[in-house]
Amino acid sequence: MAIFVYAENINGVYKKAAFEAVSYAKSIADKMGDTVTAISVNPTDASDSLYKYGANNVINIKDDGLKNFSAKAYAQAVNEVATGNIIIFPHTTDASSIAPMLAIMKDSSLITNVLETPENLSPFQVKRRAFSGKGFMHAKADAQAVIVTVSQNAFGVEENPVSGSEEIKNLTISNEDTKVLSHEQSSGKLDLKEAEVVVSAGRGMKGPENWGMIEDLANTLGAATACSKPVSDIGWRPHTEHVGQTGKAISPNLYIAIGISGAIQHLAGVNSSKTIVVINNDPEAPFFKSADYGVVGDAFQIIPALTQKIKALKG
Amino acid sequence: MKILVCISSVPDTTSKINFTADKSAFDKNGIQWVINPLDEFALTKAIKLQESQGATVTVLNVGDTTTEPVIRKALAIGANDALRVNAEPKDSFSVAKEIANVAQTGGYDLILCGKESIDYNGGAVPGMVAQLLNQPFVNACVGLEINGAEATAVREIEGGKETISVKLPAVIAGQKGMVDEKDLIIPNMRGIMSARTKPLQVQEASASEVRVEGVSYDSVPARAAVKMVTPDNLDELVRLLHEEAKVI
Ligand SMILES: Cc1cc2nc3c(=O)[nH]c(=O)nc-3n(C[C@H](O)[C@H](O)[C@H](O)COP(=O)(O)OP(=O)(O)OC[C@H]3O[C@@H](n4cnc5c(N)ncnc54)[C@H](O)[C@@H]3O)c2cc1C
Ligand SMILES: Nc1ncnc2c1ncn2[C@@H]1O[C@H](COP(=O)(O)O)[C@@H](O)[C@H]1O
Repeated sequence: MAIFVYAENINGVYKKAAFEAVSYAKSIADKMGDTVTAISVNPTDASDSLYKYGANNVINIKDDGLKNFSAKAYAQAVNEVATGNIIIFPHTTDASSIAPMLAIMKDSSLITNVLETPENLSPFQVKRRAFSGKGFMHAKADAQAVIVTVSQNAFGVEENPVSGSEEIKNLTISNEDTKVLSHEQSSGKLDLKEAEVVVSAGRGMKGPENWGMIEDLANTLGAATACSKPVSDIGWRPHTEHVGQTGKAISPNLYIAIGISGAIQHLAGVNSSKTIVVINNDPEAPFFKSADYGVVGDAFQIIPALTQKIKALKG
Repeated sequence: MKILVCISSVPDTTSKINFTADKSAFDKNGIQWVINPLDEFALTKAIKLQESQGATVTVLNVGDTTTEPVIRKALAIGANDALRVNAEPKDSFSVAKEIANVAQTGGYDLILCGKESIDYNGGAVPGMVAQLLNQPFVNACVGLEINGAEATAVREIEGGKETISVKLPAVIAGQKGMVDEKDLIIPNMRGIMSARTKPLQVQEASASEVRVEGVSYDSVPARAAVKMVTPDNLDELVRLLHEEAKVI
């Protein structure tokens, strides 16, 4: 019985989170001497991009009724094709909306926010994020079947090319409960939860007019931007950038915190970043205790200079 | 219009999280409990609908007697009445089952939840409840209006937002943005006094099965000591990030 994995796409294009989920599924399949079957809804990308990460089979669901997202309709679609006992999802907004509904349809255990490959396969046991980044839980599935959602950027993307095959599955799921009225999505912008580098700033930046230098640094690094809660509360930055215990939990390879004091609620959301750089003019700022590298000084001087130096490095 | 708001009781956000010596459980010693912050956005939204549309707002918690102060706080914020299903929450599925049981007979037009509880971070209960009730589900909701038998909900998506109309009854999970931070209600004296006499009904649990067990817990490992770089030596910072951490 194959390991199934939901390969999420945006407007037909696979997300990095899809590749990560396939990589994760592949690591389990290898342990079990099993294969990986990826499921995708109305993709336009070629399946080759999923074979590259280890998907032996790709089931492309074609259904005009699924043009727009509906958690329930998508869960029904996945339910029809995912016949295995292990189903992997990325922990994206859409996938983490489908997974709980599917868990009910399939009488499965659902383990969300998973960080590593399972510690045990039968019963399925795995380490997951808990207490909003303040702790970890080793969760054990009691049901026969298990659905997991993999925390983004935790396992990583691993190339593992196989020669795969594709199957088209035509479905006609009815969706009368929800109707999309409008959809705004900026395609060029780097997704905060997927980003490998995040440049984040807090109240120390004094006002929204000073974010130009933050964006310059972010652009130079190919990074996404984030902010502390008060910065989004007062409307300097959009809510979508708020990281922390009550915002997004992220785990980039590099997190640069500028003018952020390092309150416990902020740290909770970012402390699983692999490397943390803190820039703050107060040597006593608590954030330095949770940093790998620190610079005490004025962000308004440091940031433009740092951006120049990184530009020079990148040539 | 009847609204059910599901609230979970969680450690105050300033809490340090410790585990018991054998690491088998969360150590509740000295913890202050609060309404899950994401649920507070949902609750506030419900109170706004109570004011604008005459909705009645019932808060529901699956918990043991220790959650009652948190339920009273929700009543002080403005809920009409409350229900506690007497059970220590064990996993998302069993909690969702209890909520669905209540909803099955309650005739609610709308069930509001938070997107995720900040303690166990399941992000699972609302979707499970929706499926158990065979209702539509909108997650990560950042805006909501009710027009008769339909809701217009805005949900956050990666890199943007989407506006959807949803047939009621439905389950909607909210987060920050559903109402403005400044609109969150801090209970006043009158609210606190009246909360004491508002109905808080207790119902026995149906003892449904548990599907996920927390077998053990770990704290977050401490980072190695921070390396400080002076502001006039940013070349060194760039070098460290490039050569040592290998992240740029
Ligand atoms: C229920 C609840 C939930 C919360 N959830 C979150 C959450 O999810 N995420 C979150 O971030 N917060 C959260 N908070 C808020 C948190 O407690 C802090 O208030 C917040 O993180 C502080 O934001 P800040 O660091 O930007 O601002 P401040 O604490 O004001 O810090 C600003 C920092 O900038 C520095 N600074 C000033 N000028 C300069 C300069 N020129 N150059 C360099 N540095 C400078 C200062 O030294 C200071 O350290 C929550 C709070 C509550 C009560
Ligand atoms: N014990 C509980 N009682 C009532 N509602 C709950 C409980 N646990 C979770 N919920 C609701 O489900 C949401 C998501 O919780 P979770 O799936 O545990 O992350 C919360 O924000 C609450 O709205």
